[in-house]
Amino acid sequence: MKIVVCIKQVPATNDAKIDPETKRIIREGLKAILNPFDTYALEEAIQLRDQFGGEVIALSMGPPKAEAVLREAISLGVDSAILLSDRAYGGSDTWATSYALSRAIDTIGGVDLVLCGKQAVDGDTAQVGPGIAAHLDWMQATYVMAVDEVQDAGMTVKRMHEDGYDVCEVPFPAVMTVVKGINTPRVPTLKGRLASLKIDIPVWKPADIGADVERLGLDGSPTRVVKTQPPPPRSSSTKRIEGSPEECANALLHELRLRSIV
Amino acid sequence: MITLTDIERSAYKNVWVVAEVLAGNIEAVTHELLGAARELADARGSEVWAVVMGSGVTEQAGSLAAFGADRVVVVDDPQLTDFVDEVEAEVLVRLIEKHKPEILICGATTRGRALIPRVAVITNCGLTADCTGLAIDSDTGDLLQTRPAFGGNIMATIRCSNHRPQMATVRPRVMAAPDAQEGRQAEIITEPLNQNDTRQLKKILEVFHSDETAVNLADADVIVAGGRGVKGREGFDLLRQLAARLGGAVGASRAAVDAGWIPYAHQVGQTGQTVQTKVYIACGISGQIQHLVGMQSSDLIIAIDKDPDTPLMQMADVAVVGDLFEIVPELIRAIPKL
Repeated sequence: MKIVVCIKQVPATNDAKIDPETKRIIREGLKAILNPFDTYALEEAIQLRDQFGGEVIALSMGPPKAEAVLREAISLGVDSAILLSDRAYGGSDTWATSYALSRAIDTIGGVDLVLCGKQAVDGDTAQVGPGIAAHLDWMQATYVMAVDEVQDAGMTVKRMHEDGYDVCEVPFPAVMTVVKGINTPRVPTLKGRLASLKIDIPVWKPADIGADVERLGLDGSPTRVVKTQPPPPRSSSTKRIEGSPEECANALLHELRLRSIV
Repeated sequence: MITLTDIERSAYKNVWVVAEVLAGNIEAVTHELLGAARELADARGSEVWAVVMGSGVTEQAGSLAAFGADRVVVVDDPQLTDFVDEVEAEVLVRLIEKHKPEILICGATTRGRALIPRVAVITNCGLTADCTGLAIDSDTGDLLQTRPAFGGNIMATIRCSNHRPQMATVRPRVMAAPDAQEGRQAEIITEPLNQNDTRQLKKILEVFHSDETAVNLADADVIVAGGRGVKGREGFDLLRQLAARLGGAVGASRAAVDAGWIPYAHQVGQTGQTVQTKVYIACGISGQIQHLVGMQSSDLIIAIDKDPDTPLMQMADVAVVGDLFEIVPELIRAIPKL
């Protein structure tokens, strides 16, 4: 099985502090990390390869420093990695991003399965996975919570929904996005870390993937961000309630009544 | 990029709502979107259309009319019983090409977020995920779409001037549903399922609807959530009782899920769900940043914890200092039974 895992470098919230005035996260100065959801896609790909054979290729689009997340993927056991990096890709929305990734997947060739995390934690759109499937005209399964069975022609998976799940048979080639519950990601081995330092990660430009540059970057993106602003701040005061359990419960009941919940 | 000329753009009219049907019923988010669509259509001097795809859904057209649809496009076929992204996308693309809507909105549910990105790519259209605000720009007539990003820490307004339809998904419970007007009529447009629509048909082997309403975090007005301080499965039974009394859902921190006390579907936070509820009651949750980004947009945040200095107790609107195992049972007793 030939599997491509699409991964993204995102700002880390781990070390973030809360602004005492607005009670929101201070974004400035955050480190860059591998999108947490992508760790589950990488783990699933590695498990599938170890069980059924084949290879796993990590693919990312971003600035040159995004190479770091590809090296992390190698340290976990992925076979090879490719970075899409060029000015022409800059400013791509989900349409243009999924176009570029789909061109790279087509260029790799012979791919059976593309795995993505369910969404990236910076944009939170969940649109790139299904977008790749649409560009390739492949079938898709989103919010995959379990792989039940793997056959030569496809996979049987559980898709998570708000009200439960369904089980579907998805023929290859396919694009799947996975949720956290699907597995427990491994930590890198020493051997993996050494491999990640040595490996050569090719950088593919639009010409390398046969991409139409008019469909990339800001010019290739149907959407435009016209303004960004902080959300309305939360009230900065905290009402503190102390006392006996009964007093606390009555005070809480009062708060719930104010909101017409009770 | 294929862009439209002014003349081509003017051929696109009306605001479409793609209905979400679960187990034969129209979901509340569809009613909410019909309310939002009405305001947009009024601003554009156009109509509200609902599109409903499924099996046995023709009878739902009346309910869509009652909530404000002027026309209802019905695609009723046994092959649409289960959610097959590829088939619904083919149908929707075909309907868009035929009827040319100016705006298309859909619930930002697991189904909507799988279906609409596929449609947007095929039709060369822009799509904005998880919008919390939709408005018409009075100068250009374009749809202005406002959405949170980075866990709600920034609000972005997005426009899509050169492509039609303008597409957006909207989270459940963000827009207010209008009152139903019983007896309100809509024109029904019946469209068949074409042979080509089912060229990519994946087999759905089983559909499991949870009876436990407590898991549907997106639709809940109240979420009672537990963390490490809940101490185990039995602690979550207590939270379930409180949630049931309040008609709410049960949420959990990553620590509680990782400990195996409650399934992942309940997890709130960066690697779980983002919720925006009226009241969020956090019991024994310290409030790691990854949890806070998933719930900080809730209207009222209540925290119950023995430790008054946790991040969540600091950021909450109401912080109750005490033992949740004493306070929660008292609260359950104090709430009048319905």
